[in-house]
Amino acid sequence: MNLYEIIFYAFAVVTVGSACVVVFSKNIIYSAFALLFTFFGVAGLYVLLNADFLAVTQLLIYVGGILVLLLFGVMLTSNVVSINVKSGSLHILAAVIAVALLAGSLSGIIVMTDWFVTKSTGEITLQTTSKEIGTALISTHVLPFEIASVILLVAVVGAAMMARRERSKTNV
Amino acid sequence: MEITLTHFLLISAVLFSLGVFAVITRRNAIMVLMGIELILNSANINFLAFSRYGGMNIEGQMAAIFVIILAAAEAAVALAIVLNIYKRFNTVNVDEISILKD
Repeated sequence: MNLYEIIFYAFAVVTVGSACVVVFSKNIIYSAFALLFTFFGVAGLYVLLNADFLAVTQLLIYVGGILVLLLFGVMLTSNVVSINVKSGSLHILAAVIAVALLAGSLSGIIVMTDWFVTKSTGEITLQTTSKEIGTALISTHVLPFEIASVILLVAVVGAAMMARRERSKTNV
Repeated sequence: MEITLTHFLLISAVLFSLGVFAVITRRNAIMVLMGIELILNSANINFLAFSRYGGMNIEGQMAAIFVIILAAAEAAVALAIVLNIYKRFNTVNVDEISILKD
């Protein structure tokens, strides 16, 4: 068992364990903070998958942006009195059966399929990918890049407008 | 035992199932959003795993970058919608907000 496998299993345990805490915790604050560790674990898996730029992007955007947004949402919308009641669950038995079927069939498919793998899987090739990604963003992927920028602009304008209109209405 | 593509795909499948479970069982709209983030992360792991083990080093990473961009946009808009819902209905329970049905 070499270092790569030890690191992989460590990140796998962190990811799956904290994801279980996210899903099964009754307190939504605990869920939000466990999501932090899930994102960290996924970023570690990205590094193991030879994607250093994406790992840093994951940390910046998910942990720095999306998780803070989610925490703002939790703090702004949960009544302190009834926080345990509000984050309850429904249809537990049917959901457990459906999700177990889904996970079982997915795992069966993944294990039984003979995947097409080109590289020899044991070798660890560490190379920086940011230069290739930058080149691809302005050459072969320039149209999705521009569309993504427009989508981000629309999202920012839409979110700001939705949040501001309601506030001015309540103030007046 | 060597780490192969199957290991990463299995972790991704577990994350996906947990995300689906959160989406379909939790009543809080913010918890539903967290489940969606888990699902998007599992999709990203799949992209990166296939791009590393399939020999196309950069294509899967480009797809994963666009998934992250869309996740950021989705989280911003969804949080704005949830805050509006909370101001109007004073709750974020997704099964109590059903006035369109009446």
